Amino acid sequence: MIRFESVSKAYPRSRRPALHRVNLDVERGEFVFLVGASGSGKSTLLRLVLREDVATRGHVYVAGRDVARLSSWKVPHLRRQMGVVFQDFRLLPSKSVFDNVAFALQVIGKSRHHIAQVVPETLELVGLAGKERRLPHELSGGEQQRVAVARAFVNRPAILLADEPTGNLDPATSEGIMKLLERINRTGTTIVMATHDHGLVDASKKRVVELEGGVVVRDEADGGYGLAPVTGMISAQMPAVPPAQAAGEREGARW
Amino acid sequence: MNVGFLIGEIASGLRRNLAMAISVVLVTFVSLVFVGAGGLLQLQVAQMKDYWYDRVQVSVFLCAKDSEAPTCTSGEVTAAQRDAVLAELQSPTLAPYVESVQFESKADAFKRFQEQFKGTAIADSATEDQLNESYRVKLKDPTKYEVVTQYFAGTPGVEEVQDQRRVLDPFFTVLNVATAVAGGFAVVMIIAAALLIATTIRLSAFSRRRETGIMRLVGASKVVIQLPFLLEGVLASVVGAGLAVGALYAAVRFGVQGWLVEALPLFGYIGTHQVWLVAPVLVGIAVLLAGTASVTTLSRYLRV
Repeated sequence: MIRFESVSKAYPRSRRPALHRVNLDVERGEFVFLVGASGSGKSTLLRLVLREDVATRGHVYVAGRDVARLSSWKVPHLRRQMGVVFQDFRLLPSKSVFDNVAFALQVIGKSRHHIAQVVPETLELVGLAGKERRLPHELSGGEQQRVAVARAFVNRPAILLADEPTGNLDPATSEGIMKLLERINRTGTTIVMATHDHGLVDASKKRVVELEGGVVVRDEADGGYGLAPVTGMISAQMPAVPPAQAAGEREGARW
Repeated sequence: MNVGFLIGEIASGLRRNLAMAISVVLVTFVSLVFVGAGGLLQLQVAQMKDYWYDRVQVSVFLCAKDSEAPTCTSGEVTAAQRDAVLAELQSPTLAPYVESVQFESKADAFKRFQEQFKGTAIADSATEDQLNESYRVKLKDPTKYEVVTQYFAGTPGVEEVQDQRRVLDPFFTVLNVATAVAGGFAVVMIIAAALLIATTIRLSAFSRRRETGIMRLVGASKVVIQLPFLLEGVLASVVGAGLAVGALYAAVRFGVQGWLVEALPLFGYIGTHQVWLVAPVLVGIAVLLAGTASVTTLSRYLRV
C-alpha cells in the first residue's frame, strides 16, 4: 500500500537530512506505529506519503504509484484515498460536528444525498451519534478528536494517517481513540500512526517502526515502544538529534 | 461541484472581509467611471463629426468693396470674375470633389449676419456693403478641402477660401484632451484597483487558511479551493462596474440630455444608448481586471 525505496529528504535550510535512505513497506490493511523522538523524521515521512513534499532522493509509492511523478492536478485524487488526523484536531470552529464532517465531502463534490446518508453513519461509527448539532468548543478533547477521525474516514479512504492523534489527550481518552482506530483498521483501512505514547504502543502489540535522526533503526512486528524507562530513553536519545536542529526541522515540517 | 456550497463560501468570504470588499467596489467604480467617461467623450467626438461633416461647407469668399487681400486690388468682384469662379467650380477638374455649389448674395449674407448677431451692437452698425458675396461649396469628401483652397489661391476676385471644419477643431481638441485626462486617471485608478483586489484576496486567503488547509488534505481540487476567492474578487469588481454604468447613465440622462442639449444647442449630443455601448466594455474590464489580479495572487499565496 505504501512503499518507500531508499528515500531521503533534505530541507533546503538544514544541513542534515530529515530522512536518510528509508526503506519501508506497509501492506494493505496493516496497522503501523511510527515512533521516535521529536525531529526524528516522523512528520516528514507522513508528508511524503501525502505528497505535501517530494523526496529529494528515492521513490515513494502509494497504492502502486510513484507520488513524485503524479501531475499536480492528480494530487487531489491521491489525497482522496487518504485520511489524516492531527494532534490538534483542526476542526472548523464555526461549523457543527455534522458540518465539519460533511465539509470533507462537499469540497470533493459529493451529492447532498450521499452526504446526508454517509455522515450520520460515520458519526455513529466514531461514537458521536446524537451530537451532530454541537459546535467543536462544546465537545471534550476526545470527542473533538473523534470528529476529526470521522472527517478523515468519511470518504472511506484506503489509508489513514495519524500524526500523534493522542498527543493532547489523557490516557483513558487516548485509549478510546486507539480503540476507534483499531476498529477502522479492521474494516481493511491501512493505518500509519506516529506517536509518543508508550502505553498505547506497548499494549497494542502491533508493528513498530522507529526512526532516529531520519534513519529507520527498528522495524518489528508486534514490538513495544522499546527502551522502557522514560527518563532513560530521553537521555539516551539526546545526542542523536541536536536540539537546535530538532527545532529547525520542526519548523520546516509545517502541514 | 455543489453550487449552493460555492455560493455559501463566497458569501462568508465577503462577509468576513466586508470593508475590503466595499473598498474594491468603490475603487473599481471610480476607475471605470473614468474609463467610461473617456469612451463616451470619444463617442461624442464621433457623433459631432458625423453631424458636422455632413453640413460643413467650404466658403469661397469673393472680394467685397473694402477687401485688402492681394487678389482684390481691382476692388469689388466683377460679374465676369464671379462667373469665372463658378465655371471653375463646375469644371471637370473639380467635379470629382464638388458635390454642389450655392451662391450667397450680399443680401443673403446680411440676413444671416443679422440673425447670427441679433441684439448685439455689431448687428446694428453693419451694412450690407461690408459683407462678401460667396460660393458655398459642399464637398463629396469633406477632408479634401485643401484641393479647393489651393485651386483658388491667387485667383482674381477671390478674397479667401475658408473651411468651416477649422471652426470646429477647437471643440475636438477640447474633447480629445478631456479623453486623455480621463484615460490617465483611469490608468492610475485601475492600477490601484488591481493592487487592492490582490491585497483583499490575500487577506481573504489568510483568514480562511484553516478551511483551505483542510480542503487540501481531503483532496479538494484546485478549482474548488480557488474558485470562491476568484469569484469574490470578480463579484466585487462587477458590482463596481455596475455602479460606474449607473453613474454614467445618470450623467448622460440628466447632465447631457436633460441640461446640455438645451443650454448649449450647438451640436448633436450622445444619448443614453451610447452608455449601453460602453457598459459591456466596462463589465468586461472589471472581470478581466479582477480575474487577472486574483489568479496571480492565488498562485502566490494559496498553495494547493
